[in-house]
Amino acid sequence: MKAKVHVTLKNGVLDPQGKAVGHALQALGFDGVGDVRQGKYIEIDLADTDAGAAKARVEDMCQKLLANTVIENYAIEIE
Amino acid sequence: MRTAVIVFPGSNRERDMRLALGGSFGEDPVMVWHRDTDLPKADLIVLPGGFSYGDYLRAGAMAANSPILREVKARADAGVHVLGVCNGFQILTETGLLPGALMRNADLRFVCRDVHLKVERADTAFTGGFRAGDVLRCPVAHHDGNYFADAGTLDALEGEGRVAVRYCDETGAPTEAANPNGSQRNIAGIYNERLNVLGMMPHPEDAVHPLLGGLGGKPLFDGMAAGVGDAA
Amino acid sequence: MDAQENHVTPDIIAGHGLTSEEYDKILEILGRAPNLTELGVFSVMWSEHCSYKSSKKWLKTLPTDGPRVICGPGENAGVVDIGDGLAAIFKMESHNHPSFIEPYQGAATGVGGILRDVFTMGARPVANMNALRFGDPRHPRTRHLVAGVVAGIGGYGNCVGVPTVGGETNFHTRYDGNILVNAMTVGIAEADGIFYSAATGTGNPVVYVGSKTGRDGIHGATMASAEFNEDSEEKRPTVQVGDPFTEKLLIEACLELMATGAIVAIQDMGAAGLTSSSFEMASKGGVGVELDLDQVPAREDGMTAYEFLLSESQERMLMVLKPGSEERARAIMEKWELDFAVVGHLTDTGRMVVRHHGEIAADLPIDPLALASPEYDRPWVPAPKQPILAADEVPEIAPPDALKTLMGCPDLASRRWIWEQYDHLIMGDTVQRPGGDAAVVRIQGANGAVTGKALAITTDVTPRYCLADPEEGAKQAVAEAWRNLTAVGATPLAVTDNMNFGNPEKPDIMGQFVGCVNGIRRACEALDFPVVSGNVSLYNETAGTAILPTPAIGAVGLLDRYDGSAGIAVRDEGLSLVLIGGTSGHLGQSLYLRELLNREEGAPPPVDLAAERRNGDLVRRLIAEGKVAACHDLSDGGLLVAAAEMALAGNTGVSIGVPDGVAAHAWLFGEDQARYLIAAGDAEAVLSAAESAGVTAAEIGNSGGDAVTVDGAPVALDDLRRIHESWLPGYMAGS
Repeated sequence: MKAKVHVTLKNGVLDPQGKAVGHALQALGFDGVGDVRQGKYIEIDLADTDAGAAKARVEDMCQKLLANTVIENYAIEIE
Repeated sequence: MRTAVIVFPGSNRERDMRLALGGSFGEDPVMVWHRDTDLPKADLIVLPGGFSYGDYLRAGAMAANSPILREVKARADAGVHVLGVCNGFQILTETGLLPGALMRNADLRFVCRDVHLKVERADTAFTGGFRAGDVLRCPVAHHDGNYFADAGTLDALEGEGRVAVRYCDETGAPTEAANPNGSQRNIAGIYNERLNVLGMMPHPEDAVHPLLGGLGGKPLFDGMAAGVGDAA
Repeated sequence: MDAQENHVTPDIIAGHGLTSEEYDKILEILGRAPNLTELGVFSVMWSEHCSYKSSKKWLKTLPTDGPRVICGPGENAGVVDIGDGLAAIFKMESHNHPSFIEPYQGAATGVGGILRDVFTMGARPVANMNALRFGDPRHPRTRHLVAGVVAGIGGYGNCVGVPTVGGETNFHTRYDGNILVNAMTVGIAEADGIFYSAATGTGNPVVYVGSKTGRDGIHGATMASAEFNEDSEEKRPTVQVGDPFTEKLLIEACLELMATGAIVAIQDMGAAGLTSSSFEMASKGGVGVELDLDQVPAREDGMTAYEFLLSESQERMLMVLKPGSEERARAIMEKWELDFAVVGHLTDTGRMVVRHHGEIAADLPIDPLALASPEYDRPWVPAPKQPILAADEVPEIAPPDALKTLMGCPDLASRRWIWEQYDHLIMGDTVQRPGGDAAVVRIQGANGAVTGKALAITTDVTPRYCLADPEEGAKQAVAEAWRNLTAVGATPLAVTDNMNFGNPEKPDIMGQFVGCVNGIRRACEALDFPVVSGNVSLYNETAGTAILPTPAIGAVGLLDRYDGSAGIAVRDEGLSLVLIGGTSGHLGQSLYLRELLNREEGAPPPVDLAAERRNGDLVRRLIAEGKVAACHDLSDGGLLVAAAEMALAGNTGVSIGVPDGVAAHAWLFGEDQARYLIAAGDAEAVLSAAESAGVTAAEIGNSGGDAVTVDGAPVALDDLRRIHESWLPGYMAGS
């Protein structure tokens, strides 16, 4: 199976990259662009067959390595 | 007095650190390869600057999960002094030995330039070579040095005297212009609760020679040579 | 190989950039038609980039020898003896086209490539430099290109841990469609531990180390051919992506392996990848090679022989090992977590035989390909001479106003925004930081021991001079590099040249090239400054508009004492300012003319090589004798700009008086050559030394106060600093 992990900065943590992207979009003439937040997207191929067990393992991966929970949130999808 | 420098494959300021430590401790540090399982006994363990494992996920994230770091953590818990500079500081926050995180510089660019730092207190094993309030000059060289912690953590750091050095101007004022990376409250370096672990973004090891960056960092190394043997 | 691969059509030949004459020569060499893989190999080996077919006739005329030269052009980089059993290894190389397409990766992989050229020869890289040319700042792409190139150079060099200690950046509308990214690396090796690329020893294993091979950078022209586009695969990347972390591992692993004595020959896989490296190694050693592509570490599935041979994936090396040392080498590569594979062996057949999936994918004779590449004597016409512009043909502008405009113009404004993004301090040996005439780095000996010596490094060229007079302009580029090294107190050792030009098939462009080579030759001969390495980049043209002729000169000098270098900063009051060298007030092609009057005309300043040598030798001696507090070579912008830069660097004012009987604007802003401005505590000592050396010298002012003052008219240092420092950050911020 495949795990898809989105890592994003927590609300309240300044995101200079997102801010720069937002400015750039406005400069290009895209109206109505509000807050932009930039994050990471990680795909992991897994040998697991049980979605629940896979999710628990990826959860552990996020806690230990993939996200820095001081500043980042993560969301996991299992396919 | 024995010192050890942990060398990751992407460490790249370990030589600068070796020369600075050798100059003040009178003996070269033991250079410990990241895959070595036993860490020799040392009074000071240093995590040098660089890109440890390429820093591709987050600076220091993979190094923080390496076996050698478990050893370093155990030693730190036992009271051995640990200094992390630049990537070393990033690793220390990733391991949780120090609070907070180091984010991308506020202007998104790598920055290499001399900064001024105010030494907040001189009564730790690291800072005996200074007087409290001293201003020193040494370089920064990083892309991810923007110190972040939540307000409660910041207040605790301040309240417990755990801010080690702060970006400031030549007079010691922590101005916005003197802050090279957007760090909260101009924080450049912090201690753990026991004051035996110090992490800092600037490079005192590149300021220990009058013609090569000046002597701004020298008192730190001299102070450690006198101070770190006392504990553990 | 399948039938389709065997069928080479005229379209495919043309798509590979081969002329029909060149194809006829291929038929003659092989005695049969090449298959597509073989055609691809010919096309890259005979490309301008690999074969120097338009330039080699002229490059051969350059002086390449000297008492300190250990290895001149022809290897991965040049090698000069620096005493103490050590050698400096260096080269400059262009990555122009890739940087225009994708500035971050193009510049980053340019740095990676030049680093590999240097550590391949056994050197630890100790310094990077770069020479950058961008289009008009008002051109819509320029800002994006500057941001990307600078970030790419920093991103790669900072991670690898080699300080980027300086360089130069210019802007001109003639680079709007073709920017130049020329990267230089300097390394230090033990003089008896230099590694070369000549493969020897029949049966010796050929090994591959580094990153895996993907489809990066495969010849763009070929990609457009039907054969490679008909499958609906994801579009193959032509832009190589750099991995500086792997490069760092590769440096450490190669240096560690070299120390074991296991390596017979080594070559990095740069342009044209596996093909070029294996042919060059075999040709130099006079041997044959058998390669088995099934052993090559691959990053993607289903790669063809053509793709394996032409891939330009980065961070890869090819080595010939001593027999029996494979396992030791493998262990070192595994320690550094790098791929390692024995991919073939040397033979005595003089042929390159490539197997893929058990079949022969290519079978080519080595020397005819490597040595019989075409050499063209392209027709050329000399550039027409420009008239010398007299001072009275140039309007006078009040010196304070002129100075303010010049100090804030794109070509003279501070480059701090750029070099603060480069780690210029790592390794702890940087004595003179960016912003001066030349960078100075202390020399590390074996095992990182510190010696008392230092290297000085610079890059220079003034392309507008080269356009106006290629020969005189190229002489100036060499002379200025020599002067920059001298101005920090170093003895100039040798040169690497990076020749950037337009389409050599046009006689006027070829004339620029020939003129520049002649100028470099004259200057290098007169200054005992051999050319030990170099690179040529042609066809820098877009829509018929060529770049300015840009023969970038990288140069290295030696200081016997790292604590004896001079800088440009005037730090003390009460010093005398002494101008070394004669001033005629040459305003043709000056920045004064261009920036204040919007005129680019006239002959460039003439270069008197005897005066260069005389004046420079004096300045170097004065620095060594401790008689110089600060020193700056005079170039773009002339005397007053140099004085202002010295004042700003040391935050101390200077005051200058214009002598009687000269045109003030010509004297202050003329760009006469062979000149230095010195700040000295004892002016008499300097003047008398100059007199006995037969050098023109005059005391023209002194230091003190907080302004740059000309004949009593001041410009406050604070104003000047704001003007000088604000242009580039403001421009990059979009204001």
